[in-house]
Amino acid sequence: MSAPIEIRSAPHVQSAKTVETIMRHVVYSLLPICAFYVFQYGVSALASIVVVTGACLLTERFFVGTGTQAGRLPDYSAVITGLLLALTLPPGFPLWMGAVAGIVAIALGKALFGGIGFNVFNPALVGRAFVQAAFPTAIATYTPSFLPGRFAEFIPSTHAVPLMIPADAALWLKAKSLDALAGATPLAKWKFDGVLANADELLTSLSGHMAVGPSPLLILLCGAYLASRRFMDWRIPLAVLGSAALTAWLLYAFDATRYPNPFFMLFSGGLILGAVYMATDMATSPVTPKGMWVYGALIGLLTVVIRYYSGLPEGVMYAILIANAASPLIEKITQPVPFGRGVLDRVKKRATYPLNPGYISREEANAVTPKKRFLPNKPKK
Amino acid sequence: MSTADTPQTWDEFMEGVWRQNPVFVMVLGMCPTLAVTVSAINAISMGLATLFVLVCSCGLVSLMRRFTPKEVRIAVYIVIIATFVTAVDYAIQAISLALYEALGAFIQLIVVNCIILGRAEAHAAKNAPMPAMINAAGMGVGFTIGLLALGVVREILGAGTLFGVALFGAGFQPWVIMVLPPGGFFVLGAWLLLFSWWARRRPLKEAAQNV
Amino acid sequence: MNEPSSTEKKLIPISVVALDIALPESPTGAMIRTLGLVSAICGLIIVGAYQGTYDAVAANKRIAAERAVFRVLPKAKTIAEFFAQPGGGIAKVGAGDTAIPPGAVKFFAAYDDAGKLAGIAAEGVGKGYADNVRIMFGYQPDCQCVVGIGVVAMRETPGIGDKIITDKDFLANFTALDLRLKADLSMLANEVKAVKHGSKTAAWQIDAIAGATITSRAVGKAINDSAQALLPRLLPHLEKLKTS
Repeated sequence: MSAPIEIRSAPHVQSAKTVETIMRHVVYSLLPICAFYVFQYGVSALASIVVVTGACLLTERFFVGTGTQAGRLPDYSAVITGLLLALTLPPGFPLWMGAVAGIVAIALGKALFGGIGFNVFNPALVGRAFVQAAFPTAIATYTPSFLPGRFAEFIPSTHAVPLMIPADAALWLKAKSLDALAGATPLAKWKFDGVLANADELLTSLSGHMAVGPSPLLILLCGAYLASRRFMDWRIPLAVLGSAALTAWLLYAFDATRYPNPFFMLFSGGLILGAVYMATDMATSPVTPKGMWVYGALIGLLTVVIRYYSGLPEGVMYAILIANAASPLIEKITQPVPFGRGVLDRVKKRATYPLNPGYISREEANAVTPKKRFLPNKPKK
Repeated sequence: MSTADTPQTWDEFMEGVWRQNPVFVMVLGMCPTLAVTVSAINAISMGLATLFVLVCSCGLVSLMRRFTPKEVRIAVYIVIIATFVTAVDYAIQAISLALYEALGAFIQLIVVNCIILGRAEAHAAKNAPMPAMINAAGMGVGFTIGLLALGVVREILGAGTLFGVALFGAGFQPWVIMVLPPGGFFVLGAWLLLFSWWARRRPLKEAAQNV
Repeated sequence: MNEPSSTEKKLIPISVVALDIALPESPTGAMIRTLGLVSAICGLIIVGAYQGTYDAVAANKRIAAERAVFRVLPKAKTIAEFFAQPGGGIAKVGAGDTAIPPGAVKFFAAYDDAGKLAGIAAEGVGKGYADNVRIMFGYQPDCQCVVGIGVVAMRETPGIGDKIITDKDFLANFTALDLRLKADLSMLANEVKAVKHGSKTAAWQIDAIAGATITSRAVGKAINDSAQALLPRLLPHLEKLKTS
């Protein structure tokens, strides 16, 4: 009598790094950014983060409950989606719209594709793209950061009644006689009014009351932590930022009066956040090193092009979504050549390699591939 | 018609309304389905226009089925369908120009709606006028229901109204995306999901009871 | 039978060929008959529908045109449709046998209760964000200016581009938008143009809506193009229009 032999398909070597570990560390690295964001905008930003993340988690719970999903609730991926989504929305974004964004992000961006690992597009960006198209006015309404009394009072648009138009933030600022402060993001100001923001303000926004997103410097720091722990590939952010800087610099050299300097391009808007946290989403970016460079470069180029030549001030979201769609193709054309094979002889298309029947284990030969069904427990007749 | 025929006729009618619903089951005629369902009124007008064209052209095709040589049948169908579409086109202009502008080219495009040509070829050309028209009416009603299902959702979310009546009062925040083309795709997808889930659930439940 | 005789060999194919020709009746006659019948029936239906709806369609079109004109010229009570000929001069649409020549510009003359000219309304087209923006503008000959605009058709983004019909600050541009001609009446003295929000300095400029610059520009271009084409031909003959 011999002990039963377990036969398994590859991979046989397991790393201690599970999806859950990686996701947990990404969440940890996002916490300081969220904390600073709350420090910038006060209690409204906190409410926004909590509600959006909550909506994501509840939606994830619902879909995991239907049994149609890969992944489990405690793998933290929905938390990441929620936090990132909240960070890309304006701090005074109405909570009910934030909840809509969260639900759409998980349901449309992830659950319909089959759960974690199967999604084609970054879920957080799908949610944001939906609310951008649905509520174009609300998503363009930013309020200045570091307002006095931000921890005691909500931005009035935050607690809009569901389905109703939020209160006008500009009127609220006027009532507090703060309307001299900028309500527009630096990018919108540049696009519509031709005003460039200063470099130091962009980096920290500590000195002024500029309406900016989460601090770029802090994001870079947290990203560096992730990259150093190998929880994230450093190539993608580097490629994104490098190609954006290069494109912006070329245009700046071409006509310095018309185009802003590359520094402004890099550190305004959501480019840093997008490059570090969204472009690097494992399910939606290529796995080949060469592919990562191509993918990142595409995002950087598209971002700058959209910012300059479209009607929108910000282009990171669409650039990443387009690159997400292109990433299977990028992966396909950047397949590494197997060792011992010349660069020139390509793998034949549709080549089949006969498998020695002796290699097929008995279990596998009898195994039936389980079909994916929409409903979990089909009763047997 | 005798009373014994009634259940069969009813079945024939319900075939198009439910089991073979052109929007939810056959996924036909997507062009007007996605384009004109911005409001419930538009959706229902489009549905009724299609219903009229469907019933009339299937009736005429069925009348002519005995002496239509198969070489020219498609030409005959298209001429007949185009005729009734032209009539509908004039009728809508006479009823309301605003509606005519809202439906735009999609009235004329009923000609190439594959539901109608499909019905003419698959059913009307092989059956007597009465069953053909009943079948066509079922399909038309099914199509109207499908359009209305999309139109209602898109109008409520996209404008806060239903048949032009405000539902939420003055402060409603319209979901702009719902009146844009992507909204049409999202709502259609959601309905398809719901419909197939429901259609699959019932046999499963029955099977569960049998066990 | 292994070796059929030569006569049999020849006979069999011939008889088959003859059968083949005789069997299917040539459908040409049937085809012509059917198509002719279908065309006749369909022709009847179409003519019937056209005749039956003609009056209602014409009335609808007139009401729609009146409504559009009354919106931009509130004092107007009745309208008459004219066109400006390419070489100059104006003529009434539908009067006599004058067909509208190519290149003519159509416009409406609107009259108030007393039958006096209340203003002129014309359509203009400009390229917007999504599609052409077609607008109707009311022109007042006394001040030589635009006194109101309305949108005939547009597909601009709801909530952004369609502010051109709701934004009060934007509509304030069109209470007295300057459309004066040069002294020789050859063209507009100043081109109508949409300028960036908050930078309007002259009466012929349009203060664009922030965030909807492209749509605002389309409105400016629509008015400008239409006025450039229409006014130089129209103004010399203004007397003709004074009373209805």
